[in-house]
Amino acid sequence: MAPRTLFDKIWDHHVVETLPDGTSILYIDRHLVHEVTSPQAFEGLRLAGRRLRHPEMTVAVVDHNVPTSDRSQPIEEPESRNQIETLERNVKEFGVPYFPLLSANQGIVHVVGPEQGISLPGMTIVCGDSHTSTHGAMGALAFGIGTSEVEHVMATQTILQRPAKNMRVTVEGTPGAGVSAKDIMLAIIGHVGTAGGTGHVMEFAGSAIRGLDMAGRMTLCNMSIEAGARAGLVAPDDTTFDYVKGRPFAPKGDDFDKAVAYWRTLSTDEGAHFDKEVTLRAEDIAPSLTWGTSPETVLAITDTVPDPALEQDEAKRAQMVRMLDYMGLDAGQKIAGTPVDVVFIGSCTNSRIEDLRAAAHIAAGRKVAEGVRAMIVPGSGLVKRQAEEEGLDKIFLDAGFEWREAGCSMCLGMNPDRLTPGQRCASTSNRNFEGRQGPGGRTHLLSPAMAAAAAVTGCLTDVRELA
Amino acid sequence: MDKFTVLSAVAAALPEANIDTDKIIPARFLKTTQRTGLGKHAFDSMRYRPDGSENPDFVLNQVPWRKAEILITHENLGCGSSREHAPWALLDFGIRCVIAPSFADIFFNNCFKNGILPVCLPRDVCDALMGDAAMGSNARLTVDLPRQVVIRPDGEEVPFEIDPFRKHMLLEGLDDIGQTLQHEGEIKTFESQVAQERPWMPAISID
Repeated sequence: MAPRTLFDKIWDHHVVETLPDGTSILYIDRHLVHEVTSPQAFEGLRLAGRRLRHPEMTVAVVDHNVPTSDRSQPIEEPESRNQIETLERNVKEFGVPYFPLLSANQGIVHVVGPEQGISLPGMTIVCGDSHTSTHGAMGALAFGIGTSEVEHVMATQTILQRPAKNMRVTVEGTPGAGVSAKDIMLAIIGHVGTAGGTGHVMEFAGSAIRGLDMAGRMTLCNMSIEAGARAGLVAPDDTTFDYVKGRPFAPKGDDFDKAVAYWRTLSTDEGAHFDKEVTLRAEDIAPSLTWGTSPETVLAITDTVPDPALEQDEAKRAQMVRMLDYMGLDAGQKIAGTPVDVVFIGSCTNSRIEDLRAAAHIAAGRKVAEGVRAMIVPGSGLVKRQAEEEGLDKIFLDAGFEWREAGCSMCLGMNPDRLTPGQRCASTSNRNFEGRQGPGGRTHLLSPAMAAAAAVTGCLTDVRELA
Repeated sequence: MDKFTVLSAVAAALPEANIDTDKIIPARFLKTTQRTGLGKHAFDSMRYRPDGSENPDFVLNQVPWRKAEILITHENLGCGSSREHAPWALLDFGIRCVIAPSFADIFFNNCFKNGILPVCLPRDVCDALMGDAAMGSNARLTVDLPRQVVIRPDGEEVPFEIDPFRKHMLLEGLDDIGQTLQHEGEIKTFESQVAQERPWMPAISID
C-alpha cells in the first residue's frame, strides 16, 4: 500500500461507502452537542419522525449561554434560559447523555470531551461548533459542522464528505522563554493566513510540537480553523496515551492496551504525500499577539503596528485602515504599552489547568492594575476544582482577578460577559473579529501568560519582562 | 428546502475579503431555536448604527439592493464560526446565491444545505460582476444552475464549476438525510465490522 498520512488512515477507517461522484459516507464515532446549534436539528428529527441513531455515541453539554457568575440563581436572560431548557427537554426525549449546568463535569464542550476520555485517538468527532478542531490534538479527525449536518449525524451517525487535502506544518526546535503553544499557533496563522489551510487537514509535526503537552496541542488544533483548515491533527504518542489513561470514559484494562496497540499505528508513513508543507523554527517565534480584527494580523510583542501605506493591494490597504480605526491604533506605534481595559483568560483555546498555571505564575505576588477588569473563566468544573486544590484561585483572587464558573463566556459574549463599545481586551480566546466579544469591543489575542502580564501592568506587555 | 434552478435578480457588491460569520450574524442573535427570522439581523454591525437606525451608506440598505438576491464579495467568504445561522440569515434576508473568489469550508457546505448556491469565480471576474451589480435594477444578473453559467447584463456567459452531487441536490431541493438513509444496509455492515475490529470503543452513558 502507498504511504499514507495520519489523516488518510483515519479517513480510510471510517468510509462506509464512496458514492460514484466521489462523495463519501463517513462514519462518526462521537457527536458532541451544545445548546446553540442543536435545537433546529432535534426539531428536524421530530418533524420527520426520525430517531437519534446512537445516543451512546452522543454527549451534550451547555456552555455557550451559561452565566459564569452565581449559579444558584435561575438564568436571567430569557432567550438564553429558553435555549438551555430546550436542550434539556431534547436530551431527555432522545436519551442523550448530558452534563447539566450544575454538574462538576459541566464545561466548554472542547474541554470536556478530552478531559472525560470521550474524545479518543483515531476517532471521527463532530460538533456544531467550528472549534471542534481542538480534539485533533488527541489524534482524532475532528471538525465543526452546521446544524443541518448535526441533524444528519443524529439520524444516520454519518456525514457526507469529500476527502480533504493534506497539509503539514512542521515546527522544529525549542521555543524560547515566554513562548507557549498559543504563540506558536499565532505565528503559524500569521504565516499562512486565515485561508492558508482551506480545504486541508493540517497535521502539526516536528520536535517543538512533540514537546508540547496535551493542553498545548489542543491550543494548536483549536485555532487550526483560524487558518481556514478543516481540521488540525497531532499524531498520538506516549504523551497522548498517558493523558487518556484512567479518564472516566476511556477504555480500561485489557481494552486500553488493545486500543493503544491500534493507536500506535496512527502516524504518517515515511514518504506520504502532502499537498502543502510549511516549516517554522521555534527559535524565530516571540511572544505574540494580534493587532487587527482578523486572526492573521499577528505581531511579535516587540513589533510596531504596520503601516497601510506600505501595502500594495488596494482592497487590503482599505481593510487595514478600517482595522486600525476600529482598533483605535496608529500605524507605526509600538504595540507594547497599549493600555487595556479588560483581560479575559478562558475559552476552548486556553482555559485548561496548564493555561491557568501559566497565568498564575505571572499573577503571583502582583496586583491587577488600577482600572483593569481581569477575569479567569476555567474551561470546566473539573478544571476549576483542580485549580482550587492547587491554590491557584487564591493567587488570582489575591491579585484582584475575578474567579468565575466554567463556560464560553467572553470569547463570544452570548452570556452577560461582554465588552462595551471601545473597550480594549487582552484575550486568550481565538477570534478578534469586529464585535466578537461585544459590539465595538477591541480584542487582542494572546497567551495566558501574556494576558496575565497585561492584567498586572495595565497594558500590552512582553511577558519576558515579568518572568 | 426550495429548489434552485435559474435565478435572475439584483446583485449587491460587498467588496471585502474575510467576511466572517460573526459579521454575517453576531453571536448575540444565535439564541433562537428557529431557522427563520434572522434576516433583520444579517450584517447587523454594518447595517445599523449604534442607535439602532439604518446606516444609509450600507449597500443592503439602499434601493434597489434592499431586495438583492445575489451577493458578491472578495476572498474567503464565511470564515470563522460554523454557525448555520449565517446562511439562515442570508436566506431570510432574501439572498439565494453568493459569489466570491473563495469560501471558508464550513460556510460553503452550509449554503448548499439551505438552497443557497455558492459560486466560486476568479477575483477579476468577481470585480467585473461587482461593476454590473453597481448598476442596480438596470443590470440584473442571471445565475443558471442547470447550464452552470452566470449571465451578465450584456449577455456574456461566465461558466462556473459545481460538484455534480450538490448540483443535483440543489436542482431537486433534496434533503441529504433521506439520501443517506437509502444506504442503511452499508451503514449496518460498517457498524458490525467496527464492533469486531475495535471492540474496545466505549459506549457513553451518564447517570
